[in-house]
Amino acid sequence: MAVDCNELVDILAEAATDPAALDRSARRHVEGCLRCQADMVQHRRVLRALRSLRTEVLEPAPGLVTEVLTHIEEAGERHAIRSLLTGRRVAYIGGLAAATAAAAGAGAIVIASRSRARRLPLAG
Amino acid sequence: MVTDAGTSSRPPRSYRRPDPEAMADLVARAQAGDDRAFEDLVTATHAETYTLARRLTGNDDDARDVVQEAYLRAYRSLGRFRGEARFTTWLYRITANCASTYVGRRRRHRHDELDDELVVVDASPELDPAARADASDLRDRLVAALDELPPKLRAVVVLRDVYDLPHEAIAAELGISESAAKVRLHRARRKLKDRVFPTRDEDDHPGGG
Ligand SMILES: [Zn+2]
Repeated sequence: MAVDCNELVDILAEAATDPAALDRSARRHVEGCLRCQADMVQHRRVLRALRSLRTEVLEPAPGLVTEVLTHIEEAGERHAIRSLLTGRRVAYIGGLAAATAAAAGAGAIVIASRSRARRLPLAG
Repeated sequence: MVTDAGTSSRPPRSYRRPDPEAMADLVARAQAGDDRAFEDLVTATHAETYTLARRLTGNDDDARDVVQEAYLRAYRSLGRFRGEARFTTWLYRITANCASTYVGRRRRHRHDELDDELVVVDASPELDPAARADASDLRDRLVAALDELPPKLRAVVVLRDVYDLPHEAIAAELGISESAAKVRLHRARRKLKDRVFPTRDEDDHPGGG
């Protein structure tokens, strides 16, 4: 029975990394089908682009390390973290206050009730 | 204003992956109870952990929550980390597990406005300008397509095709069978390909979401 392109869509996706996914009849179909060949080329290009994403590092908005340490502290973990945080948080909130004051101008009161303040217009 | 990769006029900032020996030393000290060493580990790895979390959740807000939870779990289970695995790989597995729990628990809100402001740092900028322009166009379409995938499909394709985790590890962290992981992977690849390279047929559809 002849193989239809639509039956092969998932197999072509698998074959992008595992050529053995194509059995003999599938292989014979692909060899004579430009559409399936084009699909395979596109799969390989997507795969290559996916792999190259691995070399990218997205830089988070400032404050994430402090958020992490605060989260550990709030979960009731060791006090040593607390002492590490003290100096860090003072610097962080100081910077935050300066940034929000600059952005919001006089008259605005900013209450940083949580350490995460991502939505505030941080400089950077 | 800082923009996403490719469109930015700023050169990518240089990024150096932490040196494995220094990492092993930090891990050993953190395991011995040195919290300052743990803080240094967080500082050294948080951008990469965030990157994975951002890819898995599809938005900045959820990614930050996942990163916090992942380091809490890492802190608690540091004693069980064995040096045969790379620390970052171990951390990636924890992050994947946290993201999977998190995405299942909470409906994500789409398209956080801050997503446009991500700074992308390229750790291996070796392509020539023309190749880079092509790759960057494909890359941008791919990243948009990834964000559009259902979270369950996205998790598998990110962990397998971007981070090269074995099916077995992916299945374990996502709480699914290996065969389910494979089915999801192939479906995800197909959807990505169809979005990155739409055919005329698919263009004709209004694409109702
Ligand atoms: Zn065909």
